[in-house]
Amino acid sequence: MQAIGLTFVDWIIILIYFAFVLGIGWYLRKFTTSQDDFFLAGRKNSSWVAGLAFLSANLGALELLGMTGNTFKYGMYVAHFYWIGAIPAMLFLGIYMMPFYYSSKIKSVPGYLKLRFDEKTRVLNGIAFAIMTLLVSGINLYAMALVLHTFLGWNWDISMWVSALTVAGYVGLSGLMSAIFTEIIQFFMIWFGLFLVSLLGIIEIGSLKEIMARINEYSSQVSFTTLWSTASDPTQNGMFIHWGGIVLGLGFVLSFGYWTTDFLVVQRAFSAKDLRSARMTPILASFFKMAIPFLVIISGLIAIALSIDPKSGFKLLQDGGQINYDSALPLLIARYYPSGLVGLGVTALLAGFMAGQAGNISAFNTVWTYDIYKSVLNRKASDAHLLWMGRASTIVGVIISLGTAYWAKSFPSIMDYMQAIFSWVNAPLFATMLLGMFVWWITPNGAFWGLVAGMSSSFFMWLAVKFHWFSESIITMSGTQSDMAANFWRAWWAWSICAAITILISLFTKRKPKEELVGLVKGLTDEKHDQHLPFIKRPEFAAIISLIVLVILNILFW
Amino acid sequence: MLTPKMKPIWFFVGLILMVMGGVIFLSGIYQLLNPPAVKTVLAEIHPAIWWGAIMFFFGGFMYWKTRNQTV
Repeated sequence: MQAIGLTFVDWIIILIYFAFVLGIGWYLRKFTTSQDDFFLAGRKNSSWVAGLAFLSANLGALELLGMTGNTFKYGMYVAHFYWIGAIPAMLFLGIYMMPFYYSSKIKSVPGYLKLRFDEKTRVLNGIAFAIMTLLVSGINLYAMALVLHTFLGWNWDISMWVSALTVAGYVGLSGLMSAIFTEIIQFFMIWFGLFLVSLLGIIEIGSLKEIMARINEYSSQVSFTTLWSTASDPTQNGMFIHWGGIVLGLGFVLSFGYWTTDFLVVQRAFSAKDLRSARMTPILASFFKMAIPFLVIISGLIAIALSIDPKSGFKLLQDGGQINYDSALPLLIARYYPSGLVGLGVTALLAGFMAGQAGNISAFNTVWTYDIYKSVLNRKASDAHLLWMGRASTIVGVIISLGTAYWAKSFPSIMDYMQAIFSWVNAPLFATMLLGMFVWWITPNGAFWGLVAGMSSSFFMWLAVKFHWFSESIITMSGTQSDMAANFWRAWWAWSICAAITILISLFTKRKPKEELVGLVKGLTDEKHDQHLPFIKRPEFAAIISLIVLVILNILFW
Repeated sequence: MLTPKMKPIWFFVGLILMVMGGVIFLSGIYQLLNPPAVKTVLAEIHPAIWWGAIMFFFGGFMYWKTRNQTV
């Protein structure tokens, strides 16, 4: 395609953003003097700051482009990622799991595994998480260079190096605090930079109702505009999935596995100033998460409605005969945005990519420093040495990410591996965490071997389908399925295998004494949190409101 | 030793939105006076002007509310 041209004003907007994020990293460096400052942002953030950062760490540009493109491919079913596939898990984290995480004063999720189980479970998860983080960070970098190269005609190498060095600069200077600051700026950049696409699309077509009507008229056999009413028959919805796969695979395992155990997002809640703020972090974030479909899903539906109207002149790009779904959002930006606003839209995508990478790198430097370096290599490291190690691992992490990005470049289908990577690491870990927090008699050996079995079975299922050792339909239990449906079901089986092996081995191995589990396991811990507050100020009240909004949204788009 | 006081994040968010909004608003005015040869869809409603103004006032309000705050 012909690259989207940037004018002088667009470049000014982009330069303002780069100047700001580097300036903030420089400004914050004088407040970063201890390891707590660097790795936990001093534990002084309000629930609003931690909540927006919690959400933004997940809201990368890869997700914005991918989910808009996925809406074009699968229809409204993609909204399940934002509603049932996120909100219950975020509320569960805030209400039930955060007290165990926050009160134990751990610095990372693997740190909880050390306290609850033992060192080997912590190191296993630490290494798996570090590898996953660097892979995701590299893929993020690769995706950014791909987008900038395809749509703006920018040089591939320069795009990757400039953004990687900028991230290394500001995260290396002030750690999690600057990552959180830039994530919040990214949140506002994304809303101001991309919501206008939805708004202008609705203005052009007439109304949201008209958009839905046009899509329904065009596709009468398969529904692209409903959430649940066609979920009992996989052949009737755009994702080719049964509601069982949505609820068990996405709504339960993948969602809870990601939102409650992935240290990338949970780390933001650890930076909160007190337990109430930490509990409120994912609950506040849930309200903003529910709003994201008004940005990406609406844009995807607008792209469908325009592409089925030959008079609109709107058509997605094709790569080697295949439709490039990720081109939907950039093409809408090019369609509606004049000079100046194009710079804002590109900045929103750049901010999303860079904040996503900064999030991965800040989570990596913490897990590397505490759960691998201090735990295995140098147990007597001083505070000053760990701070130095955090900065050094930031630089090394960025360099490895660059290597991963070049490696990803040589595999054209590497983007498909993202969900697979999550199902290898996060889905089984959620079983370990859930059993560890809620069942006192789960043993360290049960947890370790359960985790090994869950991770390896998930990886085996992925390999088996990839190399045609057996059919995907064995995993999905249906003759009709999409790649997404297979991801959901694989996550469910990995979780089940991990849970079953953990329970089985725990029945025959040595348990930890109950007194060592106080503060770590439900039933052995004082659970009267925030009882002194009036009910409307408690996290439970905000969670109930969030659930009500979730139910209303699902009914509205049933 | 006194701990240095830090500006809240909302101060920086306000500042960047105000600056960017101002630049976009002015570019919209420029395009109103000097219409470009190639027009975008809905160019006639001048989105850069009103969206830039919304950003400027939203950011300006955040900046003004937090300009003297520290955390």
